Amino acid sequence: MTAMVEKKMQETPAQSAPIISLKGVSKTFSNGTVALNNMSLDIRQGEFVSLLGPSGCGKSTALRIVTNLTGPTSGKVEWPQERANQKEHELSFVFQEPTLMPWATVFANVWLPLRLKGLSRKDAEDRVMEALQMVGLDQFAKSYPRELSGGMKMRVSIARALVTKPKVLLMDEPFAALDEITRFKLNNDILNLWETFGWTVIFVTHSVFESVYLSNRIVVMAARPGRVVNDMPIDAPYPRDESFRTSSVYAGFCRDVSGALHAAMGSGEEH
Amino acid sequence: MSVAMTGDRGVSAQPEAIPLDAEELKRARAAKIEAVGRWVIPIFVLAATVVLWDRVCVWKEVPHYILPRPGLVFQTLLADWSILSIALLNTLKITFGALFIATAGGLGLAILFTQSKWIEISFFPYAVILQVTPIIAIAPLILIYVDSLTAGLLICAWIVAFFPILSNTTLGLNSADHNLQNLFRLYGASRWQTLRYLRLPSAMPYFLAGLKIAGGLSLIGAIVAEFVAGSAGSGSGLANQILEASYRLNMPRMYAALILISFTGILIFLTMTLISHLLLRKWHESALKREV
Ligand SMILES: Nc1ncnc2c1ncn2[C@@H]1O[C@H](COP(=O)(O)OP(=O)(O)OP(=O)(O)O)[C@@H](O)[C@H]1O
Ligand SMILES: [Mg+2]
Repeated sequence: MTAMVEKKMQETPAQSAPIISLKGVSKTFSNGTVALNNMSLDIRQGEFVSLLGPSGCGKSTALRIVTNLTGPTSGKVEWPQERANQKEHELSFVFQEPTLMPWATVFANVWLPLRLKGLSRKDAEDRVMEALQMVGLDQFAKSYPRELSGGMKMRVSIARALVTKPKVLLMDEPFAALDEITRFKLNNDILNLWETFGWTVIFVTHSVFESVYLSNRIVVMAARPGRVVNDMPIDAPYPRDESFRTSSVYAGFCRDVSGALHAAMGSGEEH
Repeated sequence: MSVAMTGDRGVSAQPEAIPLDAEELKRARAAKIEAVGRWVIPIFVLAATVVLWDRVCVWKEVPHYILPRPGLVFQTLLADWSILSIALLNTLKITFGALFIATAGGLGLAILFTQSKWIEISFFPYAVILQVTPIIAIAPLILIYVDSLTAGLLICAWIVAFFPILSNTTLGLNSADHNLQNLFRLYGASRWQTLRYLRLPSAMPYFLAGLKIAGGLSLIGAIVAEFVAGSAGSGSGLANQILEASYRLNMPRMYAALILISFTGILIFLTMTLISHLLLRKWHESALKREV
């Protein structure tokens, strides 16, 4: 694992080719709201990028455009490393809510992405159980979502995202509704999994502290109209743990990012 | 890499021995009383009503051709069982036949509606028209146009029963969680997969609620159609028995037939409730016991 981390540290993100590239993306809703204005952003392979910004600045809209759930009004999203006509990208999405099917067991919920690809229960079983093990819920395969706590439901949702072994993981404020202890724990779990599998992660959050703890790059956005105002690298080494959370380096980064966020919100209010 | 488990496996595993305080004991006792009372009280009310009915007949010396005593009704039920059972069977055939067609038709049409907006726009108004026109007004026409009596009766009962299934299932199919719909799109689910794994399960509670209403309505539809048809032949049902008995002022038999209709209705309702409970008890809010 250390070898991998070293490799990641040597290879500054700027050098590797982008995996997702937003080029001048704008989105105006039919009611006239400009959710995004001319947003350009290159996400590189293996990055952990946080989108940070005040409510309503278009973070969710940006993710929805990346996943093609809505189209941009102008501009485009490119996946330079994929075949031109590839329809589905190898990505997974974790929503703000667990978004589980209440009528299905934990197992069946995690099985869903594979089932939609035509894998039978038997063929999928090993992979589903592996994903559940990664989030520590293999004991709960037969439970129904209503029998789980909020944090456990969120972990099922994460397991469902992991089961397809995606290259890119998109998370829209996945832990916003959780208490701090569960949140810290899931933060660590995500970091561990990210280091192990070398995904590219785009993580949407409101929290300065969470974004600094997790990411190696923070994209600060401002509202009305939604746009990128700052792009800050967080060059602190991984693995990060509780000692990082209490270090002065961490505090320094938090101060910088907070400052950038406040500047962004201030400039937003002038409009 | 694995994460330690949080929480316990289930609440049910809690040992009994934990000392209950007075408050909890009181709550447990209240719950038990409510569970028993749910069954005992309605039965008690029924028994009291029957006794009162009997007493009123005796005290007021009501003649049996106006209001028969419950005992006499029961005797008639047994004595006329050979006639009444055939009528009951005929009515049941129409009721369940209509319910079956209504279920299949309502479900199929609802699925069709959600697949194409244009089909829904074209046909939904006619479903509404069928629903709002009183069956008693259309039944004579249907029974004239359709040669087979059974088919005519089935059509009448079907018209009454199918709308709640159609409208409830359509609502259910359209109320699948939006985030889940997005998730299905993201994973490239086909139309059929989305229907099979998302829309149909989401619609299940709505469909079952519709089925519960349709069960009662198909009985009503069958009885109304029988009244309109008014035949006394081999296909005659309980409604015909009531009509015939009323011509002869055979009050005990009228009551006996009426009781059979009521029991059939109650039985249908209980069956639907049971089916609904069995299908939903694992996950749906309506069927869950809340742990206090
Ligand atoms: N379907 C829609 N129709 C019209 N306007 C919309 C729609 N969805 C979002 N918006 C508007 O677009 C802007 C950006 O919304 P978006 O959901 O992307 O914000 P966000 O950054 O994710 O906010 P939050 O942090 O609160 O989730 C908001 O001003 C919102 O009102
Ligand atoms: Mg959002």
